Amino acid sequence: MGAYQAFTALLLRDLKLGFRNMGDLLNPLLFFLMVVTLFPLALGPEKSVLQEHAPAVIWVASLLAASISLDTMFRSDMEDGSLEQILLSPYPDIILVMAKILAHWLMTGAPLTIFALLLSVLLYLPGAAYLPLLGTLLLGTPILSMVGSVAVALTVGLRNGGMLLILLILPLYMPVLIFAISAVNNAMRGLSVAGEFYFLSGMLILALTLAPFATAYALKIRMG
Amino acid sequence: MLGPTIDKYAAPKNAYSLAFTLTPWFAWISILLFIGGIYGGLVYAPPDYDQGESFRIIYVHVPAAWMSMFVYVVMAIAGACGLIWKVKLMDAVARSCAPLGASFTLLALVTGSIWGKPMWGTWWVWDARLTSELILLFLYLGYMALQSSIDDRRTAARAGAILALVGVVNIPIIHFSVEWWNTLHQGPTVTKLDTPSIHVTMLIPLLIMSIAYTTFFITMLMVRLRAEILDQERNTTWVRDLVLGGTDK
Repeated sequence: MGAYQAFTALLLRDLKLGFRNMGDLLNPLLFFLMVVTLFPLALGPEKSVLQEHAPAVIWVASLLAASISLDTMFRSDMEDGSLEQILLSPYPDIILVMAKILAHWLMTGAPLTIFALLLSVLLYLPGAAYLPLLGTLLLGTPILSMVGSVAVALTVGLRNGGMLLILLILPLYMPVLIFAISAVNNAMRGLSVAGEFYFLSGMLILALTLAPFATAYALKIRMG
Repeated sequence: MLGPTIDKYAAPKNAYSLAFTLTPWFAWISILLFIGGIYGGLVYAPPDYDQGESFRIIYVHVPAAWMSMFVYVVMAIAGACGLIWKVKLMDAVARSCAPLGASFTLLALVTGSIWGKPMWGTWWVWDARLTSELILLFLYLGYMALQSSIDDRRTAARAGAILALVGVVNIPIIHFSVEWWNTLHQGPTVTKLDTPSIHVTMLIPLLIMSIAYTTFFITMLMVRLRAEILDQERNTTWVRDLVLGGTDK
């Protein structure tokens, strides 16, 4: 079995395990829906107010949902010992870590992206902003999973690890939030979104090249 | 020549006695520089034509802001050395840096806020620099929280080093993104700070103050480092001899 097959095998295994645990999959989406519902209750139901704040609400809610969903990335594998076996296998750790991150994104980031588009209808997001919102989510949520994986690897299995994870990860997520919201806001005003998209793409590539190394190394440190 | 010297002082016992010897030197240099810098800043430097006397907080604020970033870089480099060469001393250096850096960041935030009151009319403005300092404070606090929740000292140090390195990669991105955000949302509220040059009579006390801050940081680092080394080596005979013997070396 080559490294590529190992990548696919681990990816399929993680997806299979994930879909057998529908609760873990649906909870972040439910949380996302509830956070978005809080805003009309807090801001009032007027269309103009909600429309103006729609990009911020959608993105802050996705950021929070993505953060709390990170917890499941390595937890069960750590508890039953399979994470140790995965790291002991003869394949490069980085490949295996990337498979796990991709599986996690497919089960959290991708559904969040689709869900965000549906929920932005509830917040009266103007039609012109849909495509940019989709674009920022498609570029942004993988960055959240990548950068998040480092922090999960550092905190998995710690007492109060969940809260600590959120505290470590939110400052690192702030640039993504800034560029994404700036792009959607620009689109709503009919301005160019190219600059923000270049930055998000650059950050995605940076995360893609550095995060798997850091995650693999962090997991090894935690495993001793 | 250099290799054996580094090896010698990487040993905790020798590092401890070196830190013990150097502490008073750096402490005195720092005190003298502080006296000179504060005199220069409060008396020698002329009042600013635009901001009057209130600009003088710059002598506390700007070096603190510089140090807040410098200490983070020192912490990350020490952490990386600990990871790569597995030097326990470097782990102790990184761990000692965090509370110091967090304090400098807090000082920069508080003095920035006090400066903001006469200049902007409010205690807090979501200005790019203040916001990036705030995020930097979050990074320091996250590092310290991670350190304190891992019981094993060695694992804690290595995990912290990874986090510090991730932070160092992110700091320029955060800084730039916050500036981007600020110019889009706020307009230029801080052009006052960007005035092209600062007069040399104002600059010299600022430089003296920043050297004073640096030597103060080194002094405090030595003090914390000694405590860290003693804690880390508490089961060894030399620490027991040191504590029971009551000698100062």
